[in-house]
Amino acid sequence: MVAVRVEEVLAAAEEQEAEKRRSVVVEKELELEFDLGNLLALDRNPPPAAQLRGVGPQREAQLLALARDNTQLLVAQLWELPAERAGGAGGPLVARLPEPTFRLPREKPPPRPKPPTRWEQFARLKGIRRRKRTSLVWDEQAKEWRRRWGYRRAGGDPARAWLAEVPAGADPEEDQFARLRREKRERVARNELNRLRNLARAHRAGAAVPAVPLHPTGHQSKEELSHVARVARVSTASLGRFQPRLPKEPAEPPSRSGGRKRRFEPLLGNLAAERSRQLELLKDMGSKKPVLDITRAVNKQLRQEEAEAAAAKGKKQSQRGKRGRRQ
Amino acid sequence: LLICYRKPKTKRAKRFLEKREPKLKENTKIAMLIKGGNANLRVTEVLKDIYAVKKPFAVLYRKKNITRPFEDQTSLEFFSKKSDCSLFLFGSHNKKRPNNLVIGRMFDYHVLDMIELGVEKFVSLKDVKNSKCPEGTKPMLIFAGDMFDVNEEYRRLKSLLIDFFRGPTVPNIRLAGLEYVLHFTAVDGKIYMRSYKVLLKKSGCKIPRIELEEMGPSLDLVMRRTHLASDDLYKLSLKQPKALKPKKKKNISHDAFGTTYGRIHMQKQDLGKLQTRKMKGLKKRPAEKAAEDSGVSPKKSKSA
Repeated sequence: MVAVRVEEVLAAAEEQEAEKRRSVVVEKELELEFDLGNLLALDRNPPPAAQLRGVGPQREAQLLALARDNTQLLVAQLWELPAERAGGAGGPLVARLPEPTFRLPREKPPPRPKPPTRWEQFARLKGIRRRKRTSLVWDEQAKEWRRRWGYRRAGGDPARAWLAEVPAGADPEEDQFARLRREKRERVARNELNRLRNLARAHRAGAAVPAVPLHPTGHQSKEELSHVARVARVSTASLGRFQPRLPKEPAEPPSRSGGRKRRFEPLLGNLAAERSRQLELLKDMGSKKPVLDITRAVNKQLRQEEAEAAAAKGKKQSQRGKRGRRQ
Repeated sequence: LLICYRKPKTKRAKRFLEKREPKLKENTKIAMLIKGGNANLRVTEVLKDIYAVKKPFAVLYRKKNITRPFEDQTSLEFFSKKSDCSLFLFGSHNKKRPNNLVIGRMFDYHVLDMIELGVEKFVSLKDVKNSKCPEGTKPMLIFAGDMFDVNEEYRRLKSLLIDFFRGPTVPNIRLAGLEYVLHFTAVDGKIYMRSYKVLLKKSGCKIPRIELEEMGPSLDLVMRRTHLASDDLYKLSLKQPKALKPKKKKNISHDAFGTTYGRIHMQKQDLGKLQTRKMKGLKKRPAEKAAEDSGVSPKKSKSA
């Protein structure tokens, strides 16, 4: 008798537990995906399209039911998280959220690490570490704690300093106040210059340096201009094949590699051409006449020298003329 | 840019610039809500309601701005740079595209993704006469429907909507304060966005039973044009700096019973110099010590 009653009692208790849990349990075909860091739940189950096609309040009721089920599952997950009472025993129950897992794009690109400044490099080399300074300093004269710099600083207002000692090796006629002001200005200027240099160094290290430096108009050299013109010509959709040339521009032969690599003839190409080339070579090697025509070479050299001399003479004359005019 | 076009002269200006420069852990994204040249009443109401939901992480522009986001993005980029906003919602209306909303986000002040949505039905916050939840509540987001996984455009839309409505990332959350849920369903080519207020009812066990009450803006949306970022730009924007990766704690292990074990690495010890306990009774007395010394010392003969 007792055993039966015990079984009945246990069965009844289980029934009650199941009843309680039924109110918070939701059945779904596919499990939801949760990202608790973002309070996010993703339901992959295809929604009951037939039911949702109805219009008006019926659809709203369906959507509400679907939302209720999904929210129940999400809240169940959130209640599983480790929770504690914030602010003592009576405070609100606060759950600790994990890191969000859903990958979202950033707002701005991640910051690039800055290169160390000259001082930082030196400090690292020597092992110098930063000392934390106190914000207040004891002022002996005022007998109180004053701030290190700024309004009512510890050493008194520097603008009201009425005494400036003449240092040992200095000129007695020199104005010491002017010297102090000048030195302060120089220190500030040097500091600013170093700061700008550090920034420029960091900027240079960060930003990509262009392959061919482009100078502003008026300062460009002939080679730079021709290179830029060549790049511009080839920057069309048909890679410059149908670009008309300017009236005096020389026709450039098409070189696919831009004149960089050596082009070799194919191995088994024009047999007749190869034969004639080899015979020409043998003929040149066998002939008694030297390939270099001495007379022509000498004449060319002489003409070049004459041209240079003429150019130099012209420059000298123009310079002399300018000097004359200035007087 | 703290680089020196103009060095900030006050601390406040410096803080302002520091807030805007790229950081390891970023600020919460702010959304700008803009009206186009031909925005109608419905679209304006939508913008106002979304502003109410997203306060304080949104700016609502009062005036109409005559731009077309899909043709020319420079105007949007300029606004984004001026107000430091990386999300935007642009509303307009014309005969071809009635009640149009363009939702989008920026990366480095340039447009990353833009999706155009048409509003077919809209129920505003003031039309629903129930109690509302406080401003600035972090909403729970639920996406239902397999379209959000299958279709590439829907996937980007899901990512955009999460980004838009997410709110600040918090380490802790008060469980009783989970009051607001935004539910998106993708069915039949339409997206239904509903906002509900969550009521936590007592149930027998620890987990409360949820009852939902319709609150807030509800929109029936249909997707129109899209302008999605190319794959490599999107991958670049997803890239997180290495410093943010959680550091693994070494030399700590747990066993099945919950005991935590730590591992300490010692250097080689000289066991002869170990400090052990002093037993006073075993200490050598002076007489014994002398005897030992004389015995042990070598046969030194004192030569005169």
